[in-house]
Amino acid sequence: MLRVLPLLLLAAPALAEVAPDRAAALRHMVTQDCGSCHGLRLTGGLGRPITPAALNQTPPEVLAEVILDGIPGTAMPPWRPLLTEDEARWIADYLKDPTP
Amino acid sequence: MKALTLCLALILAPPAFADATATGDLGLVIERATGSLVLIDRSDHAALGRIEGLGDLSHASLTYSPDERFAYVFGRDGGLTKVDLLTRSIAARVVQAGNSIGGAISDDGRLVAVSNYEPGGIRVFDADTLAPVADIPTQGKTVGLVDVPGRRFAWAVWETGEVFLGDFSAPTPKITPLGIAGANPFDAVLTDDAHTYLVGLFGEKGVAAFDLWDETAPPRHFLTDYGKTGTDMPVYKMPHLQSWAFTEGQYALPAVGRHEVLWVDRQNQAQTASTPVHGQPVFIIAQPASPFVWVNFATPLNDVVQVIDSRSHAVVATLTPGKAILHMEFAPRGAEVWISARDDDKVLVYDTHRREKIAEVPAAAPSGIFFTARAHQPGL
Ligand code: HEC
Repeated sequence: MLRVLPLLLLAAPALAEVAPDRAAALRHMVTQDCGSCHGLRLTGGLGRPITPAALNQTPPEVLAEVILDGIPGTAMPPWRPLLTEDEARWIADYLKDPTP
Repeated sequence: MKALTLCLALILAPPAFADATATGDLGLVIERATGSLVLIDRSDHAALGRIEGLGDLSHASLTYSPDERFAYVFGRDGGLTKVDLLTRSIAARVVQAGNSIGGAISDDGRLVAVSNYEPGGIRVFDADTLAPVADIPTQGKTVGLVDVPGRRFAWAVWETGEVFLGDFSAPTPKITPLGIAGANPFDAVLTDDAHTYLVGLFGEKGVAAFDLWDETAPPRHFLTDYGKTGTDMPVYKMPHLQSWAFTEGQYALPAVGRHEVLWVDRQNQAQTASTPVHGQPVFIIAQPASPFVWVNFATPLNDVVQVIDSRSHAVVATLTPGKAILHMEFAPRGAEVWISARDDDKVLVYDTHRREKIAEVPAAAPSGIFFTARAHQPGL
């Protein structure tokens, strides 16, 4: 049993998988919908900057959680009603490294 | 003889006004992703040209000079750009802060004020030259900046809930705190008579009303418990209060986090009705010279526009003009409404009486639409 664990960890994909169409839609969503609070260039607005530089201390799992559950008591809304966990993780990875 | 020569000269000289453009039926559409503007002709339903190089125009807005020749464009990147509608070019541009949210022009057209997020505060510029005139720091992000008669501006602060009135009629500005609106004001609007400054709250329920005709009057709060019976939904886009609808003696307000438009009696601020609508309202705008208000909605329900009759509070039309409807702008007498469909790369022109589409104008990811008639409306 103990031996399975490292294998599982190794098997975890580096990037969450989403279909190419959906990836394009998510990219659009980040620019436009996240952009309405964070700025189209994600350099900040009502919400803080969420550029790779601004997020370089935050692991992607944590970002994915913030995206899914929002930050209660602030204007950052939970996106769980609109995104799957894989999609949130895909966005988290994309925020940290937007190069295609 | 002299007179004759003069007459001849006048006849022979090409008239200076031959290619002059009247600006009264022009407008600008913000292309938010490309940092450009499309100059449109309202009567011809046509795009006349594009003006580029305005920086980051997410959440951009603009205001016009009193002669309707110049537009002052407020960009997200702190850029303040003065655009000449006649030459279709940039007349002046300053990057005045790191991150800004909107602006306003003084009643006399002499000063342009910009409301900033980073660093927070208000900066005021000479409308001719864009030379800095005043710099008013605040304790946070400024929202809801409006012009108030007498070369004054009012604004609110997101973090602290403070509301200020700034008087810039003398060389030294006079800033008067008007009190606390409440938790996290997200936007504000001035009534058409410049009497009441209404501040919408995100961090708590309700709206705060400040009496600008009596600065000593404490703010009144209303709508403090709307929607008590249901649960609120996440807010994916902040509603806007500019062009907030005032109609039939009522205010029509967006219910934050709910699929509802709220109606409030203008006299006593009591809620008179609520209208269930398609999604969370973003803009609620009165169709001029009519009992109707038009509403668009936050993502992901943003492909619909609804029309509500302010007498019955009933939805009388549900339109699906296109994908990602971001803004609506009425012709000043109300005959047409122009609607931006961001994800269709089009602006749609609707006849407001038949509520049918009569034209389309191409624009890249259009957001705000601004007709020059705004030049003559306080608060715009
Ligand atoms: C309605 C406004 C709004 C929208 C839309 C919005 N956010 Fe936010 N977001 C905020 C605010 C405000 C904060 C900062 C909260 C605080 O004060 O801590 C924030 C914080 C964040 C953070 C945390 C940043 C950090 O430094 O830890 C991330 C990540 C984030 N948002 C991602 C997103 C993504 C991705 C989207 C689109 C799917 C999005 N946001 C859409 C308002 C918004």
